[in-house]
Amino acid sequence: MTAAAPAAAQKSAGDAAAAQAPILDVRDLVIEIATRNGPARIVDGASFHLDRGETLGVVGESGCGKSLTMLSLVGLLPNKIRVTGGNAVLEGRDLLSMSTRELRKVRGGDVGFVFQDPMTSLNPVMRIGDQLAEPLIHHRGMTKKEARARAGELMRLVGIPGGESRLDAYPHELSGGMRQRVMIAIGLACEPSVLIADEPTTALDVTIQAQIVDLVKSLRARLGMSVVWITHDLALIAGLVDRVIVLYAGTVVEDAPVDDLYARPGHPYTRGLLASIPRLTAGVAGARLASIGGTPPEPGRRPPGCPFAPRCPEKMAVCDTAPPRLAPLSPGHRHRVACYAAGTVTEAAE
Amino acid sequence: MSAGPPLLRIEGLTKHFPVRLGAFGERRVTVRALDGLDFEIHEGETLSLVGESGCGKSTAGNTLLRLHSVTAGSILYKGLDLARLDEKALRPLRAELQVVFQDPYSTLNPRMTIGEEIAAPLLHHRKATRRTVRDEVARLLADVGLPTRFSSRYPHELSGGQRQRVVIARALACGPRFVVCDEAISALDVSIQAQIINLLQDLQEKYGLTYLFIAHDLAVVRHISTRVAVMYLGRFAELGPREAVFEAPLHPYTKALLSAVPEPDPVHERSRRRQILEGDVPSPMDPPPGCRFHTRCPVAQDVCRERVPQWREARPGHHVACHFAE
Repeated sequence: MTAAAPAAAQKSAGDAAAAQAPILDVRDLVIEIATRNGPARIVDGASFHLDRGETLGVVGESGCGKSLTMLSLVGLLPNKIRVTGGNAVLEGRDLLSMSTRELRKVRGGDVGFVFQDPMTSLNPVMRIGDQLAEPLIHHRGMTKKEARARAGELMRLVGIPGGESRLDAYPHELSGGMRQRVMIAIGLACEPSVLIADEPTTALDVTIQAQIVDLVKSLRARLGMSVVWITHDLALIAGLVDRVIVLYAGTVVEDAPVDDLYARPGHPYTRGLLASIPRLTAGVAGARLASIGGTPPEPGRRPPGCPFAPRCPEKMAVCDTAPPRLAPLSPGHRHRVACYAAGTVTEAAE
Repeated sequence: MSAGPPLLRIEGLTKHFPVRLGAFGERRVTVRALDGLDFEIHEGETLSLVGESGCGKSTAGNTLLRLHSVTAGSILYKGLDLARLDEKALRPLRAELQVVFQDPYSTLNPRMTIGEEIAAPLLHHRKATRRTVRDEVARLLADVGLPTRFSSRYPHELSGGQRQRVVIARALACGPRFVVCDEAISALDVSIQAQIINLLQDLQEKYGLTYLFIAHDLAVVRHISTRVAVMYLGRFAELGPREAVFEAPLHPYTKALLSAVPEPDPVHERSRRRQILEGDVPSPMDPPPGCRFHTRCPVAQDVCRERVPQWREARPGHHVACHFAE
């Protein structure tokens, strides 16, 4: 299929791309929610970057702020929740200081989104073809006819059987897996430089999930885009991403190349998460699972020190005093951990 | 794990739902949710039911408990056929046959305290009196690892994992022998999921419970099961001991399912050859003839399109429905 391969050269993701400036750089992001007792911090100084051509996994449990972090970048935060600090630079432009109008150009144009539930994200009373054509007309100034032809190409690109013949279908006429393919096609319509996929396979069966993961892998290679894959599933992203950041209670607790993270997890939370996943092939079936006691703290009730300290098996006195900073495990190392017990380089020059 | 005598014996269990389609309900169709299931559930075991959404695994659990009526077949429990009993005759048995659903928030009454919620079945089945009920509730809360003070709280004050503990305590209240766990841990976060799996295993040991564990997460199923049944479109594809199903699966569908499960190991994942199933599960309103899996099966032959494969014991205790499984 020659359908949508843009001029962008295929990049070997990861190390080769790391030399260039990151395509997206987020620093000290703070997101707060208005509550009866005043503002509560949901995201507390999160910093991370996305390299060109890289696939970044963002891992965390419900309520850790992983989705809100990404939504905040393109001005899609719900009411009562707002960004109160930090900056986010996408290809040299600060997203957080953009006007609504400028942001509208970014959404769907430079940054494509794929959400978890295609049934609620697709318009139920609009034909698939029209929903696909909308961003093309809006962002690329195509005529209706051009957009429709391109929509047909996109349908084939994401592997919907029948291709353009399904353009007149409504969302309810497609299966869950097919709907998610349509969502991906919409996210890719304007050939964004960054695709943000927010738990795109959580609602799908494992066989369909494997299809979607394969699809995104092959599209990424073909289109040379950078991908952020938000998930709670450490198994799912193991074979998919180049680098992983682990979020806990609104902060980045670990940032590591994918092989390092699974082989040598540096943060006790990451270790706990990995140990609590039952394995399909390794490990003794039937033995007790390691579990992390307790539950994550709610926004507004976070401890003054390390947010994980109340549940941490390796807690020390210093952990209750101030939150640890994200620092490399050795000078210049790309594996960074926010933990006093991890033996990080103390004076990390940033 | 030794398999005890059969606690439930299910023969030819069939459940069809009549539905009306079309704008005015003018088209009558039958959803064949379950078609002739034959199996036994042994005392003290955990039998898992796995399969993709819409394969009928939840319907199987609900029908066993007679939350649905039965279209055909029998469910033998203590010499009684649950499929034939009316609601009045079933009621005393319901204390012994319990269920834990996926979403603890929608199965708890938002206006009842946790204490009232757990006390309700105790009082209904006369397992406790007004005088002893407080102690019983405290004992049940302790069993599921919650402090007694939780009995005066409301569901919205609890986290998802704590709510699921309450639902489990309520299911335990009347001293059940058989518990259906219908995606009981699917909605929970990974770290909480592990806590609840451990709790379910502890309780099974303590009270000699028998579980029917309905789930779609195969790694969890491998962890918790004694035996595993794989369902596809209302029929069993395969049923066998855990090791046999995971290490030496016989049905092409089981092989495909296992091949789709990702592992938390990047090196292994990159080198792994996946067998990806094409397409979706066909509609249970119009299941394909012959073997229902033939439309997606990598090894399907002409015979699969024509003849329904027999449910046979290919190895001791390991059943399969496939023309070509050895």
